[in-house]
Amino acid sequence: MVLFLMPGKLYFSQNGGIMNLSVNFAGIEMKNPVTTASGTFGSGAEYKDYVDLNKLGAVTTKGVSSVPWQGNPVPRICETYGGMLNAIGLQNPGIDLFIERDLPFLKQYDTRIIVNVCGRTVEEYEEVAERLANTDADMLEINISCPNVEAGGIAFGQDPELARQVTDRIKQHAKQPVIMKLSPNVTNIAEMAKAVEAGGADAISLINTITGMKIDINKRTFALANKTGGLSGPAIKPVAVRMVYEAAHAVNIPVLGMGGIRDAEDALEFIMAGATMVAVGTANFNNPVATEEIIEGIAGFMEKNGVKNINELTGCVD
Amino acid sequence: MTDRKKCTAQITSQVKLAEGIYSMWLKFPDDMDAAGMAVPGQFISMYSADGSRLLPRPISICEINAGGRILRVVYRIAGKGTEEFSHLSAGNTINVTGPLGNGFTLKEGKKVLLAGGGIGIPPMLGLAQALKGDVMAVLGYRDQNLFLEDEFAPYAKTYVATEDGSTGVKGNIIDAINYYGLEPDIIYACGPLPMLRAVKALAEERGIEAQVSLEEKMACGIGACLGCVCNSKEKDSHSNVNNKRICKDGPVFDAREIIF
Repeated sequence: MVLFLMPGKLYFSQNGGIMNLSVNFAGIEMKNPVTTASGTFGSGAEYKDYVDLNKLGAVTTKGVSSVPWQGNPVPRICETYGGMLNAIGLQNPGIDLFIERDLPFLKQYDTRIIVNVCGRTVEEYEEVAERLANTDADMLEINISCPNVEAGGIAFGQDPELARQVTDRIKQHAKQPVIMKLSPNVTNIAEMAKAVEAGGADAISLINTITGMKIDINKRTFALANKTGGLSGPAIKPVAVRMVYEAAHAVNIPVLGMGGIRDAEDALEFIMAGATMVAVGTANFNNPVATEEIIEGIAGFMEKNGVKNINELTGCVD
Repeated sequence: MTDRKKCTAQITSQVKLAEGIYSMWLKFPDDMDAAGMAVPGQFISMYSADGSRLLPRPISICEINAGGRILRVVYRIAGKGTEEFSHLSAGNTINVTGPLGNGFTLKEGKKVLLAGGGIGIPPMLGLAQALKGDVMAVLGYRDQNLFLEDEFAPYAKTYVATEDGSTGVKGNIIDAINYYGLEPDIIYACGPLPMLRAVKALAEERGIEAQVSLEEKMACGIGACLGCVCNSKEKDSHSNVNNKRICKDGPVFDAREIIF
């Protein structure tokens, strides 16, 4: 009996509908296609009182580097119309404390663990990938697209040849499947997607934030201490959907789509544009339960439209 | 397991206290006893109903009525979000999470001085109500546009300072403390950064404890995004760097822990 053979994969709606929301993402089975966008969800601990982490397809943790990073001065945050700018600067406790504290915390839950990795040099990425090799991390997501740190980060994400090389180097050290997180701050996203695929990436995720700026007219200065920051939220969603569509059509590896997803309808746009999985970021700040509501909303859409398997929707707009 | 949530609170009253300053009482639903959980110095995140404004506004709790399941916030219009809140009235609803943050640590048997500057005054009222014994309140305002000062009388001996000298001592909170010769054993303070710096310096000079409540632009409000941090003297055990999260580890800190 199918029900018996696929425990945990099926979603049972309140109306008695049975749907399969599970996806295979670069060889990793996820109970549903929804994860969190790195940096918006910590390592899950702060959200555990609001969200049942067991319900998420995966938790994607905040970027972690080989040593602790202090991050940028404040203000690090400002709101913009339909979005926000952030320039946190990848503050993180470093890989040692992350492995000692954050991974065991997440391991208590029935969800996949995607560890976002950041670095200033290729060697730093390699070191973190190696440290994670024999841990409970299910996948690595490599941040080559942070607009808020000077070295590394975005430099790798804007030059196709550098992106290919860094992917290749990381792949030689990583035991888990590697997702390369792409920047939207490029002219040709398809070219970047192809470059990391050529470097051996198992999947891509996009979009990271779009570089932006806000001026505080009363103080006659920048709203952020870093002057520029990364724009996220609903304001960037149409750009993100377009880039996910273009990237998904350029490569044969699966896509994790994100950028302004606030509800199930938004998530479904990304899925239909070609994303196997989606990540919810800024929406967590507006609604701490957004991830759970989006999973329920996707199931509701499927039930209403007679879709039995989420994979029927993936890339259905061509 | 998921005992905290964003909930819809009902506004039971809203009045304008002074130019740009509003007082709102919020009643919480049966499944979210925010008032029962709250302590002075904590805050709530208040959400705009306008989809173009995504981030919650962190607003300090002014008064707690646990029995009545209601909380009071007194806030200043600082932008479009708080302006939207100011147009709400009794019977309207608003989405909130909280209480959030740590709150003040109440010390018994001490001569307490509450220092509130501007929109840092409201949390001092709830603290005054919670403290027993010898409580002094020094309230600093810009001008004669005073608010809440009359409500402190039952709980604290109250002193006022105004920057323009229109009421009370001309100057800031430190000027008032010196003018009246106040000698507390502990200072609780909330207000603008220069005031908190001065309180920290005064406490160090006199060798007394000071608990200061900080504010910063926030996004998540629950300690995940690291948007609102302050520099700490020692390496913080959670962040593993010399940063503490104002929303989660604070907003109240021992002044000695913080570097302004």
